[in-house]
Amino acid sequence: MTSYPVLDKKDTRSGFGEGLLEVGKQDDRVVALCADLTGSLKMDAFAKEFPDRFFQVGIAEANMMGMAAGMTIGGKIPYTGTFANFSTGRVYDQVRQSIAYSGKNVKICASHAGLTLGEDGATHQILEDIGLMRMLPGMAVVVPADFNQTKQATIAIADHEGPVYLRFGRPKWPVFIPADMPFEIGKAQVLSEGTDVTLIACGHLVWKALEAAAELEKQGIHAEVINMHTIKPLDEQAVLASAKKTGCVVTCEEHNRYGGLGEAVAQVLTTHHGVPQEFVAVNDTFGESGTPEELLKKYGLDTPDVVAAALKVLKRK
Amino acid sequence: MTQPALAEARAASVEELKSIASQVRRDIVRMVHGAQSGHPGGSLGCTDFLVALYFHEMRHDAGHFTMDGIGEDLFFLSNGHISPLFYSVLARSGYFPVQELGTFRRISSRLQGHPTTHDHLPGVRIASGSLGQGLSVGVGAALAKKLNGDPALVYTLHGDGELQEGQIWEAAMAAAAKKVDNLIATVDWNGRQIDGDVDEVMPLGDLPAKWKAFGWDVMEMQGNDMAAVLQGLEAAKHRTGKGKPVMVLMRTEMGKGVDYMEGSHKWHGVAPNDAQLAAALKQLPETLGDY
Repeated sequence: MTSYPVLDKKDTRSGFGEGLLEVGKQDDRVVALCADLTGSLKMDAFAKEFPDRFFQVGIAEANMMGMAAGMTIGGKIPYTGTFANFSTGRVYDQVRQSIAYSGKNVKICASHAGLTLGEDGATHQILEDIGLMRMLPGMAVVVPADFNQTKQATIAIADHEGPVYLRFGRPKWPVFIPADMPFEIGKAQVLSEGTDVTLIACGHLVWKALEAAAELEKQGIHAEVINMHTIKPLDEQAVLASAKKTGCVVTCEEHNRYGGLGEAVAQVLTTHHGVPQEFVAVNDTFGESGTPEELLKKYGLDTPDVVAAALKVLKRK
Repeated sequence: MTQPALAEARAASVEELKSIASQVRRDIVRMVHGAQSGHPGGSLGCTDFLVALYFHEMRHDAGHFTMDGIGEDLFFLSNGHISPLFYSVLARSGYFPVQELGTFRRISSRLQGHPTTHDHLPGVRIASGSLGQGLSVGVGAALAKKLNGDPALVYTLHGDGELQEGQIWEAAMAAAAKKVDNLIATVDWNGRQIDGDVDEVMPLGDLPAKWKAFGWDVMEMQGNDMAAVLQGLEAAKHRTGKGKPVMVLMRTEMGKGVDYMEGSHKWHGVAPNDAQLAAALKQLPETLGDY
């Protein structure tokens, strides 16, 4: 299998911060809004470089979403920054009516998603956001795998006409995607080719899937690892091509088993090429306080859980 | 940046505007009757204001609608349920054919129950209907104008009941903090909402004092007297560019122009039957030709 050395350990939110600064330099239509989390979202560099294009809106996320929608009228490309919970659930109707239904070119950038937010606990650990956002017609949903890819994605979404939900996180995490690996919204990446089982993952769990594939390799099982960084529009061809080759699929995500990547993949498989699928996801529950690694272990999202799911689905072939 | 050639105000006199308003009120009642659904009360109450805005006050280019509206004054309807008024004024100003008013709330129409950009109806720049969102949008659009060096103004309209939504006050705070002084927000201060009088449902308290406390330049206007509306809107315009957003609290009568609809909240969202339509149309002279 293809191996990916750990280049560094960095948080994906810092990838967003660097990407935002970069896209701000490239395109003066880019403006940024933040709801009192500039430090957490790593938006300081953009705010310092472009003070006229940065809007601190205070702890008022609903207004932030509406303002962002309004700023597109006049040609701006607004990036909103707050935690994933406050980017989706808290402002769902604002996002739905003023952004999605109105077809506005707003980039909703959401940090601290999922369990790996850690110690803040379940109030902030949203595990339903991918589902909420992918249900909105016209909304693209992008969940990059590491620091490098989050930076690439932050820059790339400026060129995607229409609303985008960009989901990333808080913890320092292995950086393994080479900075020059091509990134295209809606185009999955086959990180490692295999013939026995397909592991489809997004976000932080892409690294766990690679670790699991290495474990499976030791047992003589050749896993194919796909980085599905775009949940919507989903790369259906990549899903089907791999499923036809391996005959079984495991999806891995830091999200409730309902509504997320797993269901998106299942919909493609059941419609076009039904094969057994197992879900590595949070089992319809809320999270709790703890370290990221403790939480991933407790809620069944760790490397051994991916390995176990692969062994289980292989038996169902 | 190319500025569109803007039509000069087409109807300057109070009498001409009153005449247009009569036709718009006919359109409203006929549209809601035709669909047997819609919100006539607030639509009729805000007619004089919106006619004055589109036919006199705003600089806008009905014939060449663009989403960005660079160089044009923009209007956002936040209380989207008074869509019959909005659609009639847009059509009568030349944004789309007047005949299309007959499709209001019908299947496959661009004239949805509440305004939307989804069907590319010229003149509509944001979806509204779920209340409380339009002021934020107006603030954003006004800030975009400032970034673009565009001197044109942004107008918004809100129901008074709508001010019960928390997002309005988030936007109020932001507009003052960011010195959005190219924004004129208007409240339809009719004292009524769908369940009854605002004072009974959820009192707003001292509304002028609230907006002043939020840092706005606040004025009051009689919204059903065309001369007063013109005077008020001119005064509001003169208050822009001075570091504060401008709030026009506009006293209106829900159902204005149709006697049996006035004086109550009961016609907020009820369609007239055939006899009621006939009685309403008798009170509203046809001035520009019915659709």
